[in-house]
Amino acid sequence: MGIINFILNFWVELGDWVAGVLSGWGVPQWGVNLIADIVGVVILLVVGVAAVLIFTPMERKVIGRMQDRPGPNRTPGYGAIQAVADAIKMLTKEDIIPRNADRFLHMLAPLLVAVPALLVYAVLPFGPRLVGQNLNVGILFVVAIGAVHVVAVLIAAWGSNNKYALLSGFRVVNQLLAYEIPMVLCILTVILFTKTMSLQGMVEAQTVPYFVVMPVTGLIFLVAALAEANRSPVDLIEADSEMVAGYIIEYSGMKFAMFFIAEYVNMFAVGILISTLFLGGWKFFGLEDLAPVLTPVIVFAKATFVIFVMLWFRATFPRMRFDHLVGFAWKFLVPLSLVNLFIAALVVKIPVADPVQEPWIHGGVMLLANIVVIIATAIILNRTARRVEGAPALKRIAAVER
Amino acid sequence: MTVSQVVFILLSIAALGGALGVVFARNLFRSALALVLSFVGVAGFYVLLEAELLAMIQILVYVGAIAILIIFAIMLSRRLMSSETLPWNEQWVGAVIVAVVLFAALVFVLIRVDWPTAEAQVPPDAISLLGQSLVSPDFYVLPFEVASVLLLVALVGAVIIAREQ
Repeated sequence: MGIINFILNFWVELGDWVAGVLSGWGVPQWGVNLIADIVGVVILLVVGVAAVLIFTPMERKVIGRMQDRPGPNRTPGYGAIQAVADAIKMLTKEDIIPRNADRFLHMLAPLLVAVPALLVYAVLPFGPRLVGQNLNVGILFVVAIGAVHVVAVLIAAWGSNNKYALLSGFRVVNQLLAYEIPMVLCILTVILFTKTMSLQGMVEAQTVPYFVVMPVTGLIFLVAALAEANRSPVDLIEADSEMVAGYIIEYSGMKFAMFFIAEYVNMFAVGILISTLFLGGWKFFGLEDLAPVLTPVIVFAKATFVIFVMLWFRATFPRMRFDHLVGFAWKFLVPLSLVNLFIAALVVKIPVADPVQEPWIHGGVMLLANIVVIIATAIILNRTARRVEGAPALKRIAAVER
Repeated sequence: MTVSQVVFILLSIAALGGALGVVFARNLFRSALALVLSFVGVAGFYVLLEAELLAMIQILVYVGAIAILIIFAIMLSRRLMSSETLPWNEQWVGAVIVAVVLFAALVFVLIRVDWPTAEAQVPPDAISLLGQSLVSPDFYVLPFEVASVLLLVALVGAVIIAREQ
């Protein structure tokens, strides 16, 4: 029985065992804590960077299959280690700095892009006790780190001294600020239900996955997160068909690789974040109590599913036009998430005598309200579409084009 | 010297160095980035004072919104590709006088006021206490609502200015 318990609680037992051994060697308590922290940081860094090795081949394979072509299939394992080949290619490329670029800022930007992407992992929960730092402002930390990312991209856009890079700098501000607002409003809606800003507390408070309770919020968050992670079809910042990769245009070799790594590290973080906020995090129908050793696996599986959906988006939808993209955020996502936030603020005030039933009743009312919101949105959009079809301005344009 | 004192000195260097960079950088874009560094340093002070919420808000609002809007304004209004701009203009005498007077006033206040220090530790649920005091009639509900009305007015004004005629 002891050995089974040890396996089921592997992570916690392992941590306690190592701490015990270190104390046995006469290491003081602060030393044990320091070593544990350093090990945790190394593990999180490795997990973040390993995501690149796993998700680049996955992306190319999945999209290849969706577009009815084999994808990479020349490296061993039917293309499985394509990422290694890519990395070696990157390393051998020449490191170019444009002649009139701001050298310091040009070199600084790749670092500033990669560091915040990895910092996010410090607060993401992988299990009841598996979390780098259970900040009580965890979700706010994630959003604040996103702001640093914007600055890093702006530095890259400006430091390269290239017109296309600068143009994409304008787009960065426009797109990322526009989509940050619905994203934060959705997070606020979740906070109303969880009554905590700690990511760990959010998982614990989630009896029913919030994607079921508030599908509208979940979908808005997914779209906003896609735009924040700069993934196709909303990757207008580096849209290669219009601005030839935008702010990364002048970067080559390892500096380009840093941007590439940061993008995938970001994407994986977004996957984990969405599974934490909306899919129940490390919970899976009681499996987390039965076998706590599996909690990181549950998180990774959910995150991989979210990333699969993101790839699905990429393979399915054409790239949006930029003004449509920004208009979509301001005129559609922001009002909709405000309405949802308002409803959530009302719903959590419904008095429920039994605290056990509270999440179920609140969740049920919220789900009903969400369905009403979806129907109302569909009706309003339908009417607007009809009105726009008959609009005189559009008729004039159509006449000119004819 | 304790660890927190070392961290405090490092953060001070970041905040003050950033502030000096804003004034002395030869290039407006670099000035704006130095401002970001200064803001991050101040956020570090808040972390040191165990005010995590304030630190995160500092980064979110000052780095994420204000600094980026400043950079955006610079990008829109300056000839960016000509990288050198003179940090001085003909109003530098007046600026120096105002800055010195302001500094003197701040030093005067800092020396004269007997700053009280709280004995109690920061409570673990400080964030919810803060939230409650913002909407409680006994504390700050009036300034909070006035601020939100002000923001609403600014928002409506922006929409009216931006609306196509």
